[in-house]
Amino acid sequence: MSLGFSKISIKNIHKAFGNNIVLDGLNLEIQKGQSMVIIGASGTGKSVLLKNIIGLLKPDQGSIKVNGEETVGVGWNRKQKFLKKVGILFQNAGLFDSLTVWENVAFPLMQDKSFDRKRAQKKAFEKLSEVGLASDTANLMPAELSGGMKKRVGLARAIATDPEIILFDEPTTGLDPIMGEIINELIVEKVQQLGATTLSITHDISSAKKIGNKIAMIYGGKIIWIGEVSELNSSGNKYVDQFIQGSAEGPIQMDFKPC
Amino acid sequence: MNPFASIGRTVIAFANHIGRITIFTSRSLYHCFTPPFYWHLLIRQIIEIGFYSLPVVGMTAIFTGMVLALQSYTGFARFNAEGAVAGVVVLSITRELAPVLAGLMVSGRIGAAMAAEIGTMSVTEQLDALKTLSTDPFKYLIAPRIIAGILMLPILVLVADIVGVFGGYLISIYKLGFNSTIYLERTWEILEPIDVISGLVKASVFRLIISLMGCFHGYHSRGGAQGVGAATTNAVVSASVLILAFNYVITELYFAI
Ligand SMILES: Nc1ncnc2c1ncn2[C@@H]1O[C@H](COP(=O)(O)OP(=O)(O)OP(=O)(O)O)[C@@H](O)[C@H]1O
Ligand SMILES: [Mg+2]
Repeated sequence: MSLGFSKISIKNIHKAFGNNIVLDGLNLEIQKGQSMVIIGASGTGKSVLLKNIIGLLKPDQGSIKVNGEETVGVGWNRKQKFLKKVGILFQNAGLFDSLTVWENVAFPLMQDKSFDRKRAQKKAFEKLSEVGLASDTANLMPAELSGGMKKRVGLARAIATDPEIILFDEPTTGLDPIMGEIINELIVEKVQQLGATTLSITHDISSAKKIGNKIAMIYGGKIIWIGEVSELNSSGNKYVDQFIQGSAEGPIQMDFKPC
Repeated sequence: MNPFASIGRTVIAFANHIGRITIFTSRSLYHCFTPPFYWHLLIRQIIEIGFYSLPVVGMTAIFTGMVLALQSYTGFARFNAEGAVAGVVVLSITRELAPVLAGLMVSGRIGAAMAAEIGTMSVTEQLDALKTLSTDPFKYLIAPRIIAGILMLPILVLVADIVGVFGGYLISIYKLGFNSTIYLERTWEILEPIDVISGLVKASVFRLIISLMGCFHGYHSRGGAQGVGAATTNAVVSASVLILAFNYVITELYFAI
């Protein structure tokens, strides 16, 4: 147990869909200012964990505290209050395809009544240029963007309100290595600027090492290993070793049924 | 396989489905009447549902009126009652055909579009993103569609009434050789306000069904493009069947009063 202040504190979370037990008593503490990365194989419940944290799914059991306040089982208004402090980059960016790029970035800003459209637009353009998008992309529709550009717009939207906490679901998956690297660097830079606490989910080990200072591995519905980035290669944990080497032989059994 | 178990399962699944639709409906209606309201989205839906549906509804109505005049003429001519054509056309159009056909056409056009749009948003995490950005999808997406629907379908049906009667008139005058003044007089004589009103009441109910089915199936669609396709089909089929069923029920009530 660390003595630092816990920004996000997850205790004994259980989540099952029918007979499929996904999270089985998971515990995780994220300290203020920390960049936590969760790694784990496909289908181990990384996205489910994230959705539990932001209240899109309700855990069957357990407690999740953000800034010391319980978020499980609270009503819509309380939930929105804490979500105002959180920026989220979704796995597929989750951009609204009926809005233009800048309107997407301005969307979280305009939820705040004191922000008029003009001011929100100005700030949206600033955020877009911070993620390296020229102002001529601002008036495009999301459907007209490449995958990498979408991720950048999603990132701009996630940091639009200068949140204290940012959650990244697979920020580099599906991108080429160079674009992946650009996104990694952007994340590191923005997080430093904002002094934010972050939780990232990925199965890209090199990305994990870059954007994280702490790494946790999820397996069987629990965190089975947690440590500093520098300890990853010498964890002495068979599961972690198998995962970072990407070998099919080892204790991790994938559900793979040949047809 | 135990036959009782499978009957039981079907019944439970059916009750479960009805329950979910009921909850969805009450939530949707609740959000239609509580702020915040997204006026610009409502106006966009009104244009989408109302204005852009005019051509398809107008075309349907005019051809229906035309064929109705032709068919009732050939039928009534057998017992020398050609004079009833005007009355049959205006009553069938206002009471039944305009609301039902406009409802079915709009269900194909708008119900499908709603299911596809909301379904795509659901499977691409846009609904999730909305919920985390202080925006309730029921207020932002569903309420404007339902309000716009309830406002616009009666207007579309009114247009369909006029265009449909005009279609019957065209055929009666120019093909069947009726006298224009007498035909119009007969039409006015037989038409009661209640005929039009009952048609408009039907239209509002149908419209609610169309929006609800479109939104419900879209909102609950799962699993990529295939799921969105299934949601679209389900929205149109269930709305069409419900429209025909409710049409009967409302007509029955109308004759009961
Ligand atoms: N809404 C849902 N309903 C039912 N089952 C679900 C739902 N969401 C996820 N699951 C199940 O939960 C398990 C974990 O899914 P999850 O999406 O969290 O995996 P993941 O670790 O994010 O994988 P990936 O790396 O491929 O994104 C899977 O078995 C999945 O089938
Ligand atoms: Mg995932």
